[in-house]
Amino acid sequence: MFRGTIDLKSLWPTGAIFIVLLILPPILPRFYTYIIAVIFVTSLLAMSLNLVLGHGMIFQFHHGVFYGVGAYTVALILTKTSLPMWIGFIAGPIAAAMAGLLIGWFCVRLTRLYFGMLQISLGSLIWAIVFRWYSFTGGDDGIHGIPMPPPLSSLNNAYYFILIILIICLVVLYLILKSPFGSTLEAIRDNPQRCEAVGVNVRRHQLMAIVIATFFAGIAGVLFVVLEGSVFPDLLFWVLSLEVCIMCLLGGWFTFAGPMVGASIMVALRTFVGIYTEYWTLVLGVILILLIFFLPEGVMGYFLEKVKPQAEEGAERRSELDVAS
Amino acid sequence: MLQVEAVNKSFGDFKAVDGANLAVEKGELVAVIGPNGAGKTTLFNLITGQLWPDSGKIIFRGEDISSLPPYEICKKGIARSFQIVNIFPRLTVFGNVQVAVLSQQRKSSLLFPPAQNLATEETRDILESVGLSHKATNIAGSLSHGDQKILEMAIALGNEPELLILDEPTAGMSPEETTATLELIKRLAGEWGLTILFCEHDMDVVFAVAQSIMVMHQGRTLIQGNLEEVRENREVQKAYFGGE
Repeated sequence: MFRGTIDLKSLWPTGAIFIVLLILPPILPRFYTYIIAVIFVTSLLAMSLNLVLGHGMIFQFHHGVFYGVGAYTVALILTKTSLPMWIGFIAGPIAAAMAGLLIGWFCVRLTRLYFGMLQISLGSLIWAIVFRWYSFTGGDDGIHGIPMPPPLSSLNNAYYFILIILIICLVVLYLILKSPFGSTLEAIRDNPQRCEAVGVNVRRHQLMAIVIATFFAGIAGVLFVVLEGSVFPDLLFWVLSLEVCIMCLLGGWFTFAGPMVGASIMVALRTFVGIYTEYWTLVLGVILILLIFFLPEGVMGYFLEKVKPQAEEGAERRSELDVAS
Repeated sequence: MLQVEAVNKSFGDFKAVDGANLAVEKGELVAVIGPNGAGKTTLFNLITGQLWPDSGKIIFRGEDISSLPPYEICKKGIARSFQIVNIFPRLTVFGNVQVAVLSQQRKSSLLFPPAQNLATEETRDILESVGLSHKATNIAGSLSHGDQKILEMAIALGNEPELLILDEPTAGMSPEETTATLELIKRLAGEWGLTILFCEHDMDVVFAVAQSIMVMHQGRTLIQGNLEEVRENREVQKAYFGGE
């Protein structure tokens, strides 16, 4: 059924990376294992955003909210109820998708920048509730010491759990992008008016994409709790959402794996430049300026172009279009 | 098949369409002509739902479609091409047509089966009959203007319409391309059994193809009739031919 979807040539490097990631934790110092796990979680978050941002040109500027909703849902279920933990793990993404449906339902009525602005407002509303509701969410203190069952409590086990879930999510996201749903979404990105004229209900399609993207953001939120054992309102703050948008642009938002590259660069910068200076965003700023001038298609987009010369014509056309819009 | 009755549309104080009437019978090739700014494109936008009329009725197969959104109208069996090239520039030629075929087959929302194995035969047939097969894997944005106009039509055919609306199908084409496109339109009308409504400001094009002609002037319908009736009509001569 899936014959021909997966390009065998790209399977080799992917498999090699996977094997390296599998054997790393026992060899690496604890700190680095932790950082790689953070990259996994952040990558999934960025990938989920890029489904709507890069492949749908839907300006989901406040994607972090759904990450936070997923994380808070599982945190609250684990600390405030006696429900089994798998219910919490499933409830996280579902709650995030429901929040996505609710906010998306209002936002898809608007286009482009107006969509983004309404999204930031509605998302900030959820942040404000979480930030202020001390008795329920712990307010700005967040919730700490969330109990994890023994199989997940050691860092290495959490690492493997997160890696497996990440791989599953990536496969599902890939299939979705190659499905009729995904190709129609990319057609809407290119030309929504024409899509309506060929019988596509554009708003409904976009709303569906938002629900799927926010579901995966919710999974990333759950994985964050597995890794950190705590939640705090910063997860829903707009600064994080902006960082995730930058990850997509940095890595290459018209490519599949680009957001993961972007997430790795951002987390590495924050961690390693952050040791020397608290103004690591200054370095990020310089990188962004260079990016805009030299790699407008992002890091991944640049490398794909080098590998596939026949893609050049399309890319040229693409940058022309970006200037026009 | 399609009746447009006393339709009006204003933009602010400007009456773009001011009491237009049009009848299209099944199997006909109908042309709308008129000088630039006569309201031809606006009329087509009203029929296919890109715009909604201020008043008047648009009836397709006995049903009033004047307040339906474009995607609903498309599903009723009306597909269109646009005057200004309106394609999916980053997709391949094949992908452009496939989007329409998938939508026609109600498969646009399928999440998991790979798109590249779906609707392929129908898409290939369409590319074959408009003569774009050999460019199927090209990025649509890189095609020549003439090919993009043909692709416009191919996308519309992907919806298997009963009524095909073409908004200046030969605009911007060289004389050779125009001739080829006219042949294509005539052939499509025959082979696919399509009813075609198109607009043009080039008189030669219209008289070479159309069976029935509707003349628009300043948003109004002057007359609709066969070639002879239109040629002999005085008002038409004054409004349209007078200037030439």
